[in-house]
Amino acid sequence: MSKRNPLYDFKWCPGCGDFGVKVAIEQALAKRAVEKQESIEKTVIIAGIGCSGNLVHLQEGPQPFALHGIHGRALPIAYGVKGPRPDLNVLTVGGDGDMLSIGAEHIGPQARRNMNITTIVMDNGIYGLTKGQASPTTNVDVVTSTTRYGKLDDKLNPLMAYLGLGVGYVVSELSSRVKPLGEAIKDAMDYPGFSVVHVQSPCTTYNDTYALLKGDEKKGIEPLAFPIPDTHDVTSVHAAMDLVKGPRIPIGLVYRREGESVPADARLRDAKVRTKVEQKSVDALLREMVI
Amino acid sequence: MSSKNLVVRFAGEGGQGVVGGADLMASAAATGGYHILTFSTFPSQIKGGPAWGQARVSSEPILTPGDWLDVLVAQNQYAYDTNLPDLREGGIVVYNSEEFEVTVNSRAYGIAADKMAREAGNPLASTIILIGAVAQMASIDIAAIEAFIVKRWTRGRASDKQIIDGNIAALRMGAEEGKKSGLSVTPLDPPPTHSEPRVMIRGFEAACLGAMAAGLDTFIGYPISPATTMLTFMEQNLVGMDKFVGQSSSEIESIGALVGSGFAGRKVMTSTAGPGLSLMGEGLGLAWMAEIPLVVVNVQRGGPATGLPTKTEQSDLYAAINPSHGDMSVPVIAPGNPEEAFWAAGHAVNWAERYQGPVILLSEASIAERAQDIVIPDASKVKQEYRTVSDGKAGNRRYAGDGVTPFPVPGGPGAYVANGSEHDEEGDTTHLPNIHVQMTDRRFAKLKVLEDGTFEAERTSAPVALLPWGGSKGSALAAWRELTVEGADLGWYYTMFLNPMPPALLDALRAKRLVLVPELNYLGQFASRLRSMGVNAQAITQYTGLPFKEADLKSAIRERMGALAK
Repeated sequence: MSKRNPLYDFKWCPGCGDFGVKVAIEQALAKRAVEKQESIEKTVIIAGIGCSGNLVHLQEGPQPFALHGIHGRALPIAYGVKGPRPDLNVLTVGGDGDMLSIGAEHIGPQARRNMNITTIVMDNGIYGLTKGQASPTTNVDVVTSTTRYGKLDDKLNPLMAYLGLGVGYVVSELSSRVKPLGEAIKDAMDYPGFSVVHVQSPCTTYNDTYALLKGDEKKGIEPLAFPIPDTHDVTSVHAAMDLVKGPRIPIGLVYRREGESVPADARLRDAKVRTKVEQKSVDALLREMVI
Repeated sequence: MSSKNLVVRFAGEGGQGVVGGADLMASAAATGGYHILTFSTFPSQIKGGPAWGQARVSSEPILTPGDWLDVLVAQNQYAYDTNLPDLREGGIVVYNSEEFEVTVNSRAYGIAADKMAREAGNPLASTIILIGAVAQMASIDIAAIEAFIVKRWTRGRASDKQIIDGNIAALRMGAEEGKKSGLSVTPLDPPPTHSEPRVMIRGFEAACLGAMAAGLDTFIGYPISPATTMLTFMEQNLVGMDKFVGQSSSEIESIGALVGSGFAGRKVMTSTAGPGLSLMGEGLGLAWMAEIPLVVVNVQRGGPATGLPTKTEQSDLYAAINPSHGDMSVPVIAPGNPEEAFWAAGHAVNWAERYQGPVILLSEASIAERAQDIVIPDASKVKQEYRTVSDGKAGNRRYAGDGVTPFPVPGGPGAYVANGSEHDEEGDTTHLPNIHVQMTDRRFAKLKVLEDGTFEAERTSAPVALLPWGGSKGSALAAWRELTVEGADLGWYYTMFLNPMPPALLDALRAKRLVLVPELNYLGQFASRLRSMGVNAQAITQYTGLPFKEADLKSAIRERMGALAK
């Protein structure tokens, strides 16, 4: 249920990591509105299908435009929004199933185009909405309804995948760190190019990894997550790959491509100006075909 | 004695310029004032494989590529053997004597065009040598073709004169060969005079320009035969600072992007063919559900799966109307020739805007590739409709009310969630039975605003009617004209607007004893749909990858009418 629409009956489970991401996005948008003096209607959030995609209905405060589409296709939709409308601020939200399984093919093309789009991936390592099947980021050996012997497939390293596909700006965060996450999302939106904010956002019902991520002294669990040291060179893809190689999960800005990022719309505008491309009317084009 | 028509087929292997030969022949004839229509068929490979291009030249407007050949230009033995059955009695063969010999046919003449062209120092001119020979044999004015050569190769380059002189010399060499052969076909009538300027245009060009005339500003596509030509045309011509053309990474990305652009207030189109349409199914469902205007041009080819990528078929009608799972009915407009493609594309863009949803322009390989001369279309006559934009008074209740309601454009007021899940007025997901009923009814009710399609109707008192669709229109019209001259009581109906159909047309068809529907598919898709709407329709099917021949259609119609009379 959302405050805006009491009839809307979707609920996240208590303790779901996606609550933190929702608040972080609200904070980032509020900060951006002040800084850029930009109306909230200039922002479009595109969601895929999964627990995470419902975020667009739960968003509180000033309402951005949103499109809750189909499974795995938030990035194609974002391409169509941002390509001809570079004036809009475009975000996508989705889970690990949405973005790293069915929709993984769309990350590479977006990285190459370098459209100014920020993609937020809420990684809970499970298919939650369909009640607990293994995803690409489910840990090896975990028993789920589709892995009766424990997960036999290797686990995907999403941060390594983003770097390998050429994403120019990669952030790794935890959903429980709401304030730094909000700042990271704001910074990613400010980056003039394609950015991915990958958030560990645990599923308390099917894959509760809070203790694994943050550690539990009483149970003697060392935390998987660790803050990225100040000495890390964020502009070095080699250093970034070394940082994300695992098994521990770095938290913070992993990578920002060196030099100035020229987003897709600037590339196209410059190319049109440089080539002095001449737009002809339909009538003029028809006249050229006169026998 | 003279003839109204000349049908020339250049047959050989892909890469031998047979399609180019037919195009050049048609261009030359069109420049000389004749009506022209081309058809080509080739395998899906860059070079090699059996291919042919056909040019029909006439002193009258043309409906079909022509059933029978007056001249067959055969580049190899296989082309000769397989195409000879299409040669009319009294027709002649020009063959490549470097490649093979024809000894038993007194109406065949060998020309070593490649060798002659090489020896003349202009190896690219072999096609022009052949055109010279054919023109001579058909008594076409060689001077008119020379004028065409001058026009065609005057491009403001230093090499222009050399190329023009070389090509004119080649043309004359060919004409000389034509004389030497002693063979001729019935001379073609002189060209007609024209009061209005004409363009020689292909179906895909006409569709692109029609859409642009309706204000299209965004095009995103993925290469696929035979629809790639639209993507490349748009990349070249939809170029203003506010225009956007993109190459996607798949048809799945294309349709997602179209939904995004339509949502963002743009007039957007893609072009694809069978396999691409299949991949777009889910995205088209999203556009229907979320009420997003967009246009998909589906250039039909043989299917299913990879099927016949370069051949023509009309087998995607079901897939066009119902490309997705679930209750939906996508508006479909199917042009019957390049001229109609111009207007149909404009209508498709306007329909999408008016009812706020996806529209399919259903083209065909044979229409997209066909070149035809038509009177220059008046682009100013194409309407430029734009969706009614929300002024924000409805707040975020974008889906409130029945039928079409104002559309909030991002950046402006009325922020809402465009939703592919069933949703309430604000676009928030719901599973309530009454809301699913209300919203389903709303989406179907919107189709009412598209019932403005026009149609053709002749001999409406006849109890039996002929109703072709799409690219079968030409052959069907030619067959209908001959049949009625011969005394058949047969009505003629035709529309581009296949879904929703003009209600008055549907009423007229329901009153018929029998409606015959020629269509290039196995299932009889349009006939089957018409039966579901209470029309006694029977399909006349063909699924060869080639268009109907007028004669085949005529005899099939006679047979069906005869069976009814018994």
